[in-house]
Amino acid sequence: MADRDGDSRQRFLPKHNLSLFFLCLSLSLSVSLGGCSEDKRTETKSQRDESAASHPQPAYGDTLVEGSIGDATNLIPMLASDSASHNISGLIINGLVKYDKDVKLVGDLAESWEVSQGGLQITFKLRRGVTWHDGHPFTARDVLFGFQTITNPNTPTAYAEDFRQVKKAEALDDYTFQVVYEKPFAPALTSWGNLVVLPKHLLEGKDIAKSELGRKPVGTGPYRFREWISRDRVILEANPNYFEGRPYIDRYVTRVIPDLATMFLELKAGGLDLMGLTPIQYKRQTGDRFFQQSYHKYRYLANAYTYLGYNLLDPKFKDKRVRQALSYAIDKEEIIKVVLLGLGVAATGPYKPGLWFYNPDVKKYPFNPAKALALLKEAGWEDRNGDGILDKDQEPFEFTVMTNEGNPVRQRTAVVIQERLKKIGIRMKIRVIEWSAFINEFIDKKDFEATILGWTTGFEPDQYDIWHSSKTGKKELNFISFKNSEVDELLEKGRRTFDQEERKAIYSRLQEILAEEQPYTFLYVPEALPIVHSRVYGIEPSPLGISYNLHRWYVPQGLQRYDRTELAP
Amino acid sequence: MLSYLVRRILTLIPLFFGITLISFAVIHLAPGSPIDVLADLNPKMTAEAKQRLISYYGLDKPLHERYYQWLRRFASLDFGVSFSPDRRPVMDKIRETLPITIVINALSLLLIMLVAIPIGAYSASHPYSAFDKSLTLFVYIGFAIPTFWLALLALILFSVQLEWLPISGFRSLDYARLSLAGKIWDMVSHLILPVLLSAFGGLAGLSRYMRGSMLEVMRQDYITAARSKGLSEREVIYKHALRNALLPVVTILGLSVPGLIGGSVIFEQIFAIPGMGRLFYTGVMSRDYPLVMGILTIGAFLTLLGNLFADISYALVDPRIRKGGKG
Repeated sequence: MADRDGDSRQRFLPKHNLSLFFLCLSLSLSVSLGGCSEDKRTETKSQRDESAASHPQPAYGDTLVEGSIGDATNLIPMLASDSASHNISGLIINGLVKYDKDVKLVGDLAESWEVSQGGLQITFKLRRGVTWHDGHPFTARDVLFGFQTITNPNTPTAYAEDFRQVKKAEALDDYTFQVVYEKPFAPALTSWGNLVVLPKHLLEGKDIAKSELGRKPVGTGPYRFREWISRDRVILEANPNYFEGRPYIDRYVTRVIPDLATMFLELKAGGLDLMGLTPIQYKRQTGDRFFQQSYHKYRYLANAYTYLGYNLLDPKFKDKRVRQALSYAIDKEEIIKVVLLGLGVAATGPYKPGLWFYNPDVKKYPFNPAKALALLKEAGWEDRNGDGILDKDQEPFEFTVMTNEGNPVRQRTAVVIQERLKKIGIRMKIRVIEWSAFINEFIDKKDFEATILGWTTGFEPDQYDIWHSSKTGKKELNFISFKNSEVDELLEKGRRTFDQEERKAIYSRLQEILAEEQPYTFLYVPEALPIVHSRVYGIEPSPLGISYNLHRWYVPQGLQRYDRTELAP
Repeated sequence: MLSYLVRRILTLIPLFFGITLISFAVIHLAPGSPIDVLADLNPKMTAEAKQRLISYYGLDKPLHERYYQWLRRFASLDFGVSFSPDRRPVMDKIRETLPITIVINALSLLLIMLVAIPIGAYSASHPYSAFDKSLTLFVYIGFAIPTFWLALLALILFSVQLEWLPISGFRSLDYARLSLAGKIWDMVSHLILPVLLSAFGGLAGLSRYMRGSMLEVMRQDYITAARSKGLSEREVIYKHALRNALLPVVTILGLSVPGLIGGSVIFEQIFAIPGMGRLFYTGVMSRDYPLVMGILTIGAFLTLLGNLFADISYALVDPRIRKGGKG
């Protein structure tokens, strides 16, 4: 999925995901005066585990205030594409399925499901006794209505595609929902998240895009909507009838603070309980006693990676050896150290480490300029005229890498790469262009030599749109024009296969080929760096992030900060 | 006078429509479109789905037709519905953000005048004195210091260290629970830093302008005449010179009107104030054409209105202008 400098389009959004992360970085310059503490490189997380050995009694009450750089736009998930909206609506609205702590797909509003007829048919058994926040019972008709709405051409949604694969959907009874697909489609199951569940009784016969529900959502989730002051704050309150039990934290407030330096000061002054830190803040500004006592920092790999992609239509990059050489010539560890202050890991392929389909045993490209030069020589690139630049057929090896404006992390990455390539005799120029122009004029038209961009990745391995040879048209996502018949086959097979072990084998092979071919030099997977006030207990970091179990967080009685009436209007 | 007024107003009408036409063309010429946020590099977006969105937003119609549509709606003072996923009327969004922006900018403008005019007048009456020089230095420091940096320093001092003032937003979390006095203080305390800091940056312009204008007046014959009448220096300066020197300031005030609604993206950004500056900025970044057009149109209208007021007040105080502009 696309990642510009911010918005991610994941469906199962762990909070504090990448979106915050990159914007954080983009402002890290102005933040550097925010604090004066030394870098003590302490990991409060481990301290936490010791002190938490004596788990205090969970208690109801208190309010958590989160900082967000952007305001939500629409709290109906299918209509919004920004992470601020999805973070909030994710607390209000449930899907049929969700990921558990170990990134396994489990039931949410669905109790169970059955895949039959060779993967063509999925039958969901829904939970009984669930009610919408207004008290109306939740039934299979709400799911069907959501499905009909998202596939309605008049609904302005970016998420319809997965649901257009459905041939037939019906509510067999109040608690059974069945879909039949045109052809087997393994990613289908994960698509039944909270995008497609809508309160039919409130929306039927109305234009969803203009519906009040986008600003006053009604869901079935752990929190229900209380108040939204545009561009300022959104207030949610605990749903006492939540089917997994009433959440401990009574209120959840999201405050919009567009400037990350201000947000950090607000955290320091105690006005915020959680936010995502930038690497600088994480490493240099939150190490003092105050922060150690008052906050806990967490770090986990974000669902994203950054890459250097080569336009494979360009004669220079057609030769696999050249691409491999470039990967050897780039020091990924250096980039991580310099640009991310060490808060990330080297990417080996298009998936983040730690997920079930990640293959750690692929060909890797440790920094090795000698090997790079040898490979380039094999491919015919040598400095024949002694000007310090490699050449072939009288042409010097030079190219321009493009990236988008507003993302200093990518720009700094480009500079580090430029320096490394210069040392082996390759002249790389950097061009930074405003996002829209960059995509429309250069990427979509394939008018580029190389580009530094990122993808946000999810918990589903299907990447058909990025690597399949049928997706190399204009304005399609395989804009580097990667074509490999075995990859095509694997991608198609991966979509048809439901068995996890079989899928794992398929995508392991895919990663091997991509590692060998190096259509991209996979650079790094950054880390997300949330910080949470230390009075909050019950946080269990997982590959999903930290906020997937927010309704189980609690503040012990003596530590609560806001009383019940404090925020009453 | 009346014919002067009528002439001025008549010339404003084509000017206004010229501005809207150019604005409309320019914002549509900028690369990108409102659906980019949804569609760019999004694997779930097929060409067909993209096409549906394009026609949903009416972006498939030719530009002149869209402008005509916009004009027709505008005739009934309807700015249309925002392209943002919330699909709310542009007018509602403007109405929400306008008051806070006007309050901050009006207060800061007032503060600038209250400080800059005396500074300028004093500097001009004691030119090149040590005091004049230090004032000049002071206002230039204000002008030169990056305001976002100063704002952060002020926040660290007054809000984090001393804990006197709140950091961001314009209402506390417990606002609804406060007494009336508490509410007022809550708002005031949130506004102190933004108003002070934005005024600080604006002092230099007006005070230098005032000083220049005052020095100019002081060279006039009627000042010499007043002095030769034996009036005290104080009377000469504050009664005769200052009044005349204030005339050009009227123009500046007229030109400040659009600034009142435009607001400052930087300050609203740093202090997390939900005002027009931020609304406009996010509108531009997401290519929310109806919203951007709405704000630009209002801005253009107010600029023209400000100019008109400045002209009228000139005409009122300066007979040469109202008698046919031959002077």
